[in-house]
Parts: sequence; structure tokens; C-alpha cells
Amino acid sequence: MTEKLVIIGNGMAPGRMLEHLLEQAPGRYAVTIFNAEPRVNYDRIMLSPVLSGEKDYEEIIIHGDGWYIKHGITLYKGHKIVAIDRQAKTVTSDHGVTEPYDKLVIATGSVPFIIPVPGHNLPGVLTYRDLDDVRAMMLAAQSRAKAVVIGGGLLGLEAAAGLNAQGMDVTVLHVMPTLMERQLDPAAGYLLQRAVEQRGIKVITKANTQAVTGNGKVEQVELADGTVIPATLVVMAVGIRPNATLAKEAGIAVNRGIVVDAGMRSNDPDIYALGECAEVNGMVYGLVAPLYEMARVAAHQLAGNEAAAFVHSDTPTKLKVTGIELFSLGDFAEGEDRQEIVLRDAAAGVYKRLVLKDDRIIGTVLYGETADGAWFNDLKKKQTDISEMRDTLIFGQSYQGGAPLDPMAAVAALPDDAEICGCNGVCKGKITGAITAKGLTSLDDVRAHTKASASCGSCTGLVEKLMVLTLGDTYNPAAVQPMCSCTTLGHDEVRRLIKAKHLKTIPAVMQELEWKTSCGCAKCRPALNYYLVCDWPDDYADDYQSRFINERVHANIQKDGTYSVVPRMWGGVTNAAELRAIADVVDKFEIPMVKVTGGQRIDMLGIRKEDLPAVWADLGQAGFVSGHAYAKGLRTVKTCVGSDWCRFGTQDSTGLGIRIEKFMWGSWTPAKVKMAVSGCPRNCAEATCKDVGVICVDSGYEIHFAGAAGLDIKGTEVLGLVKTEDEALEHIVALTQMYREQGRYLERIYKWAKRIGIPEIKRQIMDDDAKRKAYYDRFVFSQKFAQVDPWSERVSGKDKHEFRPMASVGFAQAAE
Amino acid sequence: MNWIAIGTISEIPRRGARCVATPQGKVAVFRTQDDQVYAIDDHCPHKGGPLSQGIVHGAAVTCPLHNWVISLETGKALGVDEGAVRTIPVKVEGERLFLALEALASRAA
Repeated sequence: MTEKLVIIGNGMAPGRMLEHLLEQAPGRYAVTIFNAEPRVNYDRIMLSPVLSGEKDYEEIIIHGDGWYIKHGITLYKGHKIVAIDRQAKTVTSDHGVTEPYDKLVIATGSVPFIIPVPGHNLPGVLTYRDLDDVRAMMLAAQSRAKAVVIGGGLLGLEAAAGLNAQGMDVTVLHVMPTLMERQLDPAAGYLLQRAVEQRGIKVITKANTQAVTGNGKVEQVELADGTVIPATLVVMAVGIRPNATLAKEAGIAVNRGIVVDAGMRSNDPDIYALGECAEVNGMVYGLVAPLYEMARVAAHQLAGNEAAAFVHSDTPTKLKVTGIELFSLGDFAEGEDRQEIVLRDAAAGVYKRLVLKDDRIIGTVLYGETADGAWFNDLKKKQTDISEMRDTLIFGQSYQGGAPLDPMAAVAALPDDAEICGCNGVCKGKITGAITAKGLTSLDDVRAHTKASASCGSCTGLVEKLMVLTLGDTYNPAAVQPMCSCTTLGHDEVRRLIKAKHLKTIPAVMQELEWKTSCGCAKCRPALNYYLVCDWPDDYADDYQSRFINERVHANIQKDGTYSVVPRMWGGVTNAAELRAIADVVDKFEIPMVKVTGGQRIDMLGIRKEDLPAVWADLGQAGFVSGHAYAKGLRTVKTCVGSDWCRFGTQDSTGLGIRIEKFMWGSWTPAKVKMAVSGCPRNCAEATCKDVGVICVDSGYEIHFAGAAGLDIKGTEVLGLVKTEDEALEHIVALTQMYREQGRYLERIYKWAKRIGIPEIKRQIMDDDAKRKAYYDRFVFSQKFAQVDPWSERVSGKDKHEFRPMASVGFAQAAE
Repeated sequence: MNWIAIGTISEIPRRGARCVATPQGKVAVFRTQDDQVYAIDDHCPHKGGPLSQGIVHGAAVTCPLHNWVISLETGKALGVDEGAVRTIPVKVEGERLFLALEALASRAA
């Protein structure tokens, strides 16, 4: 019979334990989880990137809802367990659910420590522990006002950097003389403080907080020396303590945390504890590596392997603040029996210190340059005698044994049991073994199979180097292709950083992201201009000099330097007056060629640049606006005649096409977007090879996307069926906005969809109503600034210089 | 050298160009981000594209037709492409710009 396993808490440790348990003893337990937080298991280490805006919550989910369903696990979200009855072997939640257990795992984590100063409970005082805290901080940050972070440790600094990235004016208060004093020696602490201050964050050390004051909400923080710091947000990040209250009330042995043996078992043999709430051999832990080790041990124990035991090991600390390189490991206090090796390079902002005892490394602090962290960690773990290489040890692995190694050779030289991923305790041999045995070819595969670089991600570079070593040329780490030769960053990274760092001009992007050229090139400038137009529709001033000539003069350049002009014909429908106006323009300007396009429009070719404003003026008189036939934007919506005329038409396809076009014209997109609406599955408008297409059917509107009929030929994918025209419009707009926000410049929808995955796009647009609505709203907002007819603007005199020569020289008087 | 006035620097947008019409064809006058001014024939050595319509970056322009990159200083194609376009001396006096008349005249030869 299956035994009942109940887990209290749904953090990273019990999540990892379940993964191991499902592997080792599938089907042995019926699992029920109670999670006080109303959500699934997510990666708490990545809360800092969420706060700084570099990642979304969705990106840090470890186990989505589907995972629990797939494994038959019952998850009670938002249920806090209030009592454990050890006699009856049941637990009871605050919503009154009582669940019996055979085995119970307590994983209640920790609670943030609140300094009990007056005012600590005022609204506006937050802690930094879970997603709710992060969301509250992001909300508070919208005010762009002043924030105080109390605590200059790992969490406090990450919170400060995140709030700073969100635009707040941040002051960090730290009670000790230097930052992160538990992980860093004073010299590295000083360098860190300088780097933090260079980001515009104020740091006050030896700051003794006396009170938080304000009228009904936080207004200021007062220090013991009389300093008063105004603030509308106070984040307390001074430490955590194990959350063992529930266990204590149930009569389980509790010291600092819940006391467990090396097999993670409490003094009640049916109750285990793991994670931050557990105390093993007198130690409690807060970093993920030992917590995952506890998870491994607990899973083995629950699967019946009683020999599994937890062994303490030092875990390196890294700070997850973009641009600050910091690594700390072990013990680095000074002592009579210890020696140290120090390397400083003030100009490069590098500081390295190794603490030695009996010719063995016992502690390491690296600041500014941390590539050798893994190697030092390995030497320390193995207690390698370093006396032979002592003179060059501090210079790192590359300097040992003759000529300096390149970074690739350094990785190749690591032994198989060298730890690569500290968070998940994955060694080199396990990664290379999995790559070979399972035929892994992508970073995501390696993450899925080995967990290496799947948590904080700081070892991604090392993992990629291992992939290159193992796979040779078949692995192309330039999955991240740089945007152009002006930068090493790829499009996605640049888009992410534009949002995260609130970069709102092209010079700001180039400065902050360390562009290698002074003003970019013809590849990156149009891309950056698009990203900024898309991300900051209300703030960003379009840089015309960074647009391709077609988008600058709103016509298509031809091989002889003349231009072609395509007026908009909504849905491909026109009338006698419009055709007459076009005929008149063709005569007046002696336009050599008139052609019907594939998108159901009329193209006038061979117009001289100087004539463009006059051509537009005449077309504008007849009611025409620009057809954007030149734009990386919405081009045309082709339609068939639909139910108005066609005996097979099921819906008003012409009307819907016109409606979509009128709603979406003027919007800029990563690459051109062509649409079509067909009134029945006979598909006369050829909607199934378009970027976005609609096939009308009796029961509604089938929305298609990701087709291609150019360099590549590809039928569309079906997004889904909706019942009404309004819904069709909302879904199409949301899909387009998703593409606008995620697409790389010049990447058509079908390529973007292939990269993101059709199921993910369906999930966000079809299944997630809130998300779809949010995309829709953002599109509508940006249209307020985009729907301006560029032709009439220019007829009114905008960019006059574009269309006239600056001067005429050298002609005989009569010629002018 | 005879200099002929063509206008002022403020008439050209930064990272942009204006044309000067001459009997022998158009001359493209460029203004870079840091206000250097260059003049070259408005005619790409590749297929005659109007260089004045290209994107200006550093002291170079990318032709709008096929993305050749032309140095504004030397008129030569950069990168792997080979070819050159004529450069015309420019004089800047305060705000005012002048082209070398001789260079314009000799171009017909």
C-alpha cells in the first residue's frame, strides 16, 4: 500500500527532495504538500533579478502546476499548517483541512529577522524573503522615491541594487564597519562599497538604527548618532532565523532550528526536517547548496536508504548584482598559524586573497576577477598541498606549470570531480558524462539533466566551456550571437538590460552596455531604436538618423534611387474616388509604373525623392494615409469578400480585416507583419501563410500565426478558436504585442515562434487571460503615440531637409 | 583653391547628410556625431546607390541599397568590399561650409 507523505512548506529544498524521491521510489508515497504561500515552487535565489527587472516570475518557476498534476501530488496553495498532532499523526491547516501522514517532512524555512526598533511595524517597512515582498517593493519603487535598506549583507545589497535599478534613491545602512563582513575581509568590503556607491547607492556603515518614524506610514529612519534619513520604503534585510515554531509547539526537539540527525530525522522517527528550518550537527544553513544536499539525503532516507548522511561543506558565496564580481569561501580570519597571499590591482579594481594553513587553502576572497574561484575551491576541498606552486598560486590556474593556459585549457585541466555548479553540487565529470551519455547538445538540455547552472546561473560560462570541450565544433556557444561587432551582447540580453536598467536613449544604451564603437553601426542602431520605441512608447524620442532610409522618408527606395509609394487601402478595399485620385497623381508626377501588389494594394514606382511630399499632399487630399509598405511594422491585412458577397462566406472577413488594420496601423514591430482574413476554409485571402491569419468558420474565428511565404515557405500554426470578432481582435493584438516585446530586430514571427515555442505562446495568449489583457493594454497604450500619419506630417513640413538639396552649385545662371 | 559656399552646418542633421546638386551629379555632404563634415560623390562604387540616404556611423556611411560601408574620410569601401568614391575637400569656417570648386569641376574629366 502507498504510504502517505505530507510536506509542510513548498520551497526549493522540499521541491528538490521530491525530485530525488520520485526518481528513487516512484509510487511509494502519496504526496500532499501544504504551502503557506499561494503558489508553486520557484527559485528564491532568483528573486533579486526579478526585483531588478531582469527576470519575470514565470522565468523562475521550478515546478509549474503541470508538474504536480503529472506526479499526482496534491498541493494546497495558501494553506498554512497550524498544528501537528503527533499522536493521531495528522496535520491541520488554517483553512481547516486535516491530513493524516505516515511520514511528515517539515520544511518551513526561515523568517526574516526584524529589528525591534520603534516603528518597525509601520506600513512601508518590508522584509526581503518571498515573491510577495518583491512585488511590494516593485510597487513602492514606482514612486521613484527614497528607500532605506537596513543590512549590508548579501540580501540587503541585492535588494538595494534591485530598488536602484527600479529607479529609487537608495541608502544602505550597515551596522558593521564594512559590507558583507561575514563573507569578505575589510579590503574587499571596501572595494564592494565603492562599486555599490558608483551605482548611485549611498552606503552608511557603523549605522545603528534607532527608530523608524512617520505619521501612519514610514517617513524617515533615525540613527543613534542623530542622523535622519527620509524614506518612504524601509527594507529590513538583517538576517534570518529558522522557522521552527510549529515543530516546537508539537513538542519536537528544537534548538536554533529543528534538531535532526545526519539522516534529517527529528527526535520523532516519522518526522523529518530539512532546509533552513533544520539544524544538523549544531549548524543551520541558508545557502542553497547544503539545503539541496539535505534534500538529497532526506529523499534517500524516505526511499529506504538509511545510510545516506549529511556532511558539512563550505559553500562559496557570490553576489548576484550585475557587474559586481565577488567570490568568498571558507575561513579568512587572520591568525598566528595562518599565512596569506594577497594580490591587488587598484586600476583594474581587482583584489584576491588566499588564507593558508599548513600549506593548504582554508579561505579565499576574490573581488573583481573570480574566474579562478572553482579552482581554489577544488584545492581547498581536496586539501591539496600548495607549497610547490605557492609563488604563483594567487595568479590562478593559468599560471601553473609553464605557459599561461587559455580559459578553455584551464577548464580542460580541471579534474573530473571539480565542482562546477556550487548551488547544485554538480562536478565536471557529471556534466561531461551526461553530455556524452545522453547526447545533450544545448545548454537547456544540460540544465534539465544535471541541474548545473540551473539555479543562480553564475557558472553558465563554465558549463558552456565544458560543452565545447565535450562536443567540439558541434556545439556552438554563440547561441548568443552578438547583435553586431559593436557589442558582445545578444539581442535578448540587450532588450532585457534596456528594461532592467531603464535605458531610454541610444547613447545611454551604448554607454551602459559598453558599446565598442562611439555611435554604433547600421546594424545595431536601427535595432536599438526599435527596442526603445517598443519599450518606452511615451518617453522615447524616435531617432530618425538610426532608421533605414525607407522608414525615414516613408517610401521604398528603388535601385535607381527613386522611391515607390503605396497608400493604405484598408483591407484591400477601394472605390472610384480613390482610384481617380491615384490616376491623377500618376499623370501629374509622370509616375512611370503602377502595379498591384501581393498585399492587395496599388504601388506607384519611380517617384523622385523631391516629389514625395507633393505626391503625398495630393493623395492626402483624397483621404489616403501611408500604407507603411516600407515599414518594419504592420503592412497589410488582405481580405476576401466574406459573407457580404460570397456564397461560402461564414463571417464578415472584409469587415474584420479592415477593423484589424485600422486598430493596428502605425505600430512598429521587429520585422514586417503581414496579415490576412479569409471568410471560409477555402482561404482565398491565403491567410495560412501569413505572419498572422484568420480563417472564419461557422463557430467563430480560427486564429493562425507564424506562417511564411518568402525566403522560407511555411504553413501557419493554429493559435486557437475564438467565438467573437472582439475576441479575435484582442487575441491578435496580444499576440502581436508579445512578439513586439520579445522579437529580435528583423526576426519574423515564424522565427520568433520557433524560438519561444508554440505551446508557450498559446499558453500566454489563449490560456492566461490576465497576461493577454496586459499585452493588449500595452499595445493600445503604445498606439496612442504611434498612430500618426507620417505622410501628412511631412506634407506639413516635418523633416523638410530630407527632400530638398542643400544647395545647387556650378550651374550656369540660366540653368537654375 | 576656390571655395564655394553651400550653407551652414546646422542645415545637416548629426549622423546625417544633405545633397548638393552640381551639373555633374549630386555630392553628399555628411555631418558626423562629433560635427566633422565630409563630402563625397553621392554614388556608391558598388551599384550607384545614393550614399546620402545611408545610415551614418562614426566616419562611415552604410549604403542603403546593399549595405556597403564607405569611409567618409577616404571614400574607400571598408571591410571585404573593394571600390572607392571620390572625396571632395570641405572647409568649415565657423558655421559656414564650403566645397572646393576645382574638385567639383575636375570631376567631369
